[in-house]
Amino acid sequence: MSEFKELSWQGLWKNNPALVQLLGLCPLLAVTATVTNGLGLGLATTLVLIGSNTTVSIIRNWVPSEIRIPIFVMIIAAFVTIVQLLMNAYTFTLYQALGIFIPLIVTNCAIIGRAEAYASKNTIGKSAFDGLMMGLGFTVVLVLLGAMRELLGYGTLFDGANLLLGDWATSLKITVFETESPFLLAILPPGAFLCMGLLIALKNVLDSHMERLFAAKSEDKVVQRARVTTES
Amino acid sequence: MKFRLASSPHQHIRRDTGQVMRLVILALVPGVLMQTWFFGWGTIIQIVLAVITAVATEAAILELRKRDFERALKDYSAILAAILLAVSIPPFAPWWVIVIGTFFAIGIVKQLYGGLGFNVFNPAMAAYVMLLVSFPVQMTQWLPPMNLAQYSHDFMDALYVVFTGFSVEGFSLAQLKTDIDGVTMATGLDTVKTGLAQGFTFSEMIDFPIFDSVISGLGVASSWITLSYLLGGLYLLKQKIINWHIPVSMIMGLFVCSMIMSLVDSDLYPSSLFHLFNGSIIIGAFFIATDPVSASTTNKGRLIFGAAIGVWVYLIREWGGYPDAVAFAVLIMNMAVPLIDYYTRPRTYGHSSNKGKPINKAQS
Repeated sequence: MSEFKELSWQGLWKNNPALVQLLGLCPLLAVTATVTNGLGLGLATTLVLIGSNTTVSIIRNWVPSEIRIPIFVMIIAAFVTIVQLLMNAYTFTLYQALGIFIPLIVTNCAIIGRAEAYASKNTIGKSAFDGLMMGLGFTVVLVLLGAMRELLGYGTLFDGANLLLGDWATSLKITVFETESPFLLAILPPGAFLCMGLLIALKNVLDSHMERLFAAKSEDKVVQRARVTTES
Repeated sequence: MKFRLASSPHQHIRRDTGQVMRLVILALVPGVLMQTWFFGWGTIIQIVLAVITAVATEAAILELRKRDFERALKDYSAILAAILLAVSIPPFAPWWVIVIGTFFAIGIVKQLYGGLGFNVFNPAMAAYVMLLVSFPVQMTQWLPPMNLAQYSHDFMDALYVVFTGFSVEGFSLAQLKTDIDGVTMATGLDTVKTGLAQGFTFSEMIDFPIFDSVISGLGVASSWITLSYLLGGLYLLKQKIINWHIPVSMIMGLFVCSMIMSLVDSDLYPSSLFHLFNGSIIIGAFFIATDPVSASTTNKGRLIFGAAIGVWVYLIREWGGYPDAVAFAVLIMNMAVPLIDYYTRPRTYGHSSNKGKPINKAQS
């Protein structure tokens, strides 16, 4: 059980694919102009990660290590195609909004990285769980980034959520402030870089804060020193 | 008699950062006054807004970083950046434009990189580019010079337009932009850029009312503003606040490029005079590119840095999407500064100039 706990901790925080490993930056920075886009791409990536991790784990004992990379890439490409067709069928507007970045999930280093580093060495259950957690960690960052940029850029949150979640989600849209002139920098890629930098900084601050808390706690313990010299 | 041995520097009268920055601000005064004369009180209002925002941002972030903010505020560097940004943006831009811009300049470009002395990019110019990219409509609303405008405006009008978008009599910014003929007017550089795209030749366009009728190619307002900033810049040179290398090489870079192209085809490529006396090349050369933090630090490097900015300004003005380019050019060359400094390291005393090795005594 602690293995699963460790996997969640690694995927969501300590080894977060977006904030720590800085993998898959291209879709991360390109499509997160709104929360909906971020969430859509995050979920698609998560699905691909779970699928590819599971499959790679299943066949790990039969793949010759010399040609493992092409095989992993083909597996990932197959899952990306499935997700792409599903999105084309059920969330067509979002599919159009995300455009080239859905097929580009194939090139997301986070996916092949997990296949190579984890799934090809571990059992099916653990690999699938690792894919889920890594995907969720990626999704959380995408959604946060999308929220920051949408809030700064358009002054709204969850605009267009109905494209992803169905018509009921239209009421999710929150208008924080009205603006006639959108803050284009936040919507354009430079804004994504700036927001990403701020998120990473925030994570580092939290980390050092927690470290200090932890250090303070351990200092409280009274340590009994062992006597090393004999009294003469 | 006894001689006291001391290591260099032997000149002990040195200015601290605050004095330098105050002198630069002083040198900006003639240009600012001239700009106010031609474009109305908006410039002053923008400067006040920018300075307030800059000081508040600097104090807040230094407090967050647990630094001595009193000392940092006294060095006037944030105020100078704020003023440079405020004179770059259109005088009647809405108040939130300058507030966002100044916050970005001080908070993101300066303090996030480590504060004064650590910023890679020129804060005022980075913020200007950010504003230009983010709010293209508000950032291009330049009014016609006062003597050409259809509606005159005073201090209260300026205050009302900046905060509400309408003057006291209820004229909108678009109405204030019309000139005596009732036509919306753009800046000199903008006029020529759009005119060339519409098929006018340069010699036809210099008869437009925005340009001086005596010396062809000079903007009515911009040539006076440019001369005033030039005056301030020469004062800085005389006070030895800045070296001559960057301004001279930057102006020469633009001058040579525009002269060559103008000789090739004077109908399509505006004259050198037009380029020097329109837009922000002079204030850029003397006040912006000479920023001691983000500019090159060696003399040879300064020459390369300035000349490259001049060339970039010309390239972007002629073939880029924006009418003026000083901010873009300065930012591009800011990125190249570490490389320039690396390759132009001056010779250390006692070392030969190549490879920094000690002089071989057998050779000399």
